[in-house]
Amino acid sequence: MTGQEHLIHRYLRSSKRFPHVWCPGCGIGILLGALVRAIDGNGYGKDDIVLISGIGCSGRLPVYLDFNTLHTTHGRALTFATGIKLAKPKLKVIAIMGDGDASSIGGNHLIHSARRNIDITAIIINNQIYGMTGGQSSPTTPFGLHTASSPFGHLEHPFDIAKLVEAAGAPFVARSTVYHARILERLIGTAIAKSGFSVIEVMSPCVTHFGKWSGIGSAVQMMQWQKDNTVSIEKARNMTPTELQGKVVTGVLIDAHKPTFHEEHARISREMKD
Amino acid sequence: MKSNRVLLQGSEACVRAAIAAGCRFYAGYPITPATEIMELMSRAMPKAGGVFIQMEDEIASLGAAVGASLGGVKAMTATSGPGFSLMQEHISFAAMAEVPCVIVNVMRGGLSTGLPTRPAQGDVMQARWGAHGDHPILVVAPSSTYEFFDLTVKAFNLAERYRSPVIVLADEVVAHTRESVVLPSAHEVEVEDRVRPSVPPEWYSPYRDPGTGIPPMAAFGEGYRFHVTGLMHDINGYPTERQDETEELMARLFNKISKDFHLLQWYDSYFEEGAEVTVIAYGSVARSALRAVRTAREKGMPVGLLKLKMLWPFMRRTVSQYLQSSRSVIVAEMNMGQLSREVKRVNQGTCPIHTLNRVDGRMITPEQILTAIEEELR
Repeated sequence: MTGQEHLIHRYLRSSKRFPHVWCPGCGIGILLGALVRAIDGNGYGKDDIVLISGIGCSGRLPVYLDFNTLHTTHGRALTFATGIKLAKPKLKVIAIMGDGDASSIGGNHLIHSARRNIDITAIIINNQIYGMTGGQSSPTTPFGLHTASSPFGHLEHPFDIAKLVEAAGAPFVARSTVYHARILERLIGTAIAKSGFSVIEVMSPCVTHFGKWSGIGSAVQMMQWQKDNTVSIEKARNMTPTELQGKVVTGVLIDAHKPTFHEEHARISREMKD
Repeated sequence: MKSNRVLLQGSEACVRAAIAAGCRFYAGYPITPATEIMELMSRAMPKAGGVFIQMEDEIASLGAAVGASLGGVKAMTATSGPGFSLMQEHISFAAMAEVPCVIVNVMRGGLSTGLPTRPAQGDVMQARWGAHGDHPILVVAPSSTYEFFDLTVKAFNLAERYRSPVIVLADEVVAHTRESVVLPSAHEVEVEDRVRPSVPPEWYSPYRDPGTGIPPMAAFGEGYRFHVTGLMHDINGYPTERQDETEELMARLFNKISKDFHLLQWYDSYFEEGAEVTVIAYGSVARSALRAVRTAREKGMPVGLLKLKMLWPFMRRTVSQYLQSSRSVIVAEMNMGQLSREVKRVNQGTCPIHTLNRVDGRMITPEQILTAIEEELR
């Protein structure tokens, strides 16, 4: 047994009934591991972490971990997260969402959390499809892809989630994949430590549905796809738009500073007391 | 000496009550005729050491309030019909996860966008059944500025006591009427707080029935690491599909409130002695009704008024008594007949029930009610 496995065991809930709900080859477990290592690496106590999710495969993540955990409604994780953060500003609040969860039904909450700069880390697991309901197209499904709800090819164009939250004002935006597990872990650690609304888009394989509909295939092939089709932001800066066609750019995309909502609110409260 | 007599709008009384009851978190979205509550809160909350936030919509507003409550802070939001519809999703969540919160709905006229600046009582059934799934709910209805204060305090107390969402169903007239009232001072206000766990964290099961039907509630971030979900859950809060666990949870959710039905008969009765006709009303209509009943009594007519302050759970035992003692009953409300359906259900055909309805965005006047009384006694 490696030391890494011991670490996971320290954070898994011993009282929770297993096995977990995810399919073989799903990327969410890798993200869970990276998240735990990032939290441990940052030295936070279990009581300091609140893990909040919406609905979907990603929504089932918090229950397995020994933190303060909350499984909310579809798309609304950030609204509950906002309330908790403002009620208990010392807590590290992390919202786990899927692509449909965060950018379709929860799209409004996502852009306003970014604009408002609430001190929350939003981890968006993007598998480009609705997994739990059986492989329907999501706002990040590629144009033309046949899915369970786009049997003649997807007629719509996908969101670039990272660009969306950047435009909405998020001061920290990063992207990675579950193939790049170690890099992902570092990015998550940085995002949680960062003050303000930080977003990490995590490209993750849904073998069961996206693998099938896209024709990419098995879990191994989907991992290989992630490896072959990602380019770090450092490399991408020296590449032409044609070279970047179809590539996923990873790394820290935005790292800025602006005052957070809870700090500004605390300032108002202090001034009213004086 | 400082007098507690003040000239206040219903909305102002609601905000003062919330603060007196210990509310320290407000999330809302502008909507007529509930906007005053939000604007007042934007000043009152930071002053009271609480938090105010204007959210992107009403779904988010109640989500944030529920989140704050899980963080251990008493929280509320306020809205009107269209926003109240958006909140139903999280009313269901709060009922399922048993998170105390207060939702004020200042009812306005009409369906859809309707008559934003006019009064109505069209959300009586929405307050009861708007949220998806079988769920228990507590709904109070103030008829005056003083009652808006009193029932808002009590709404927070009920929310804390039963770990439930509680709805304050006001109407435009109650929220906007400015009147002279004497409010209790801060130390006179009776405030209840949720029961916190007395066991160490390792013994804590967030949904274990301690015998009262209401599990003690820990706050996030205080050493009790537990799971909260809108899924059907076991005593540890973990998702379950087991029949026995589902049945147990559903039964407890309903029983925790139904066991106290006898304590939840909140009403005022006027001129009930010898009343052959009883007018049943709530909200601002109850004030017109009182005026009408007073006038009728002055004219020697044997009529009384039953003003309901708790709408849900419906006060079956109280209303039954009046149905038995009256020759006939008039239910007056600013809708097409919502609470009157409950009165009829309880009545089961023993007492003639007449409905007086108005949906043109204007108040039911004392004259209208007096005419109805006179017709009854003719």
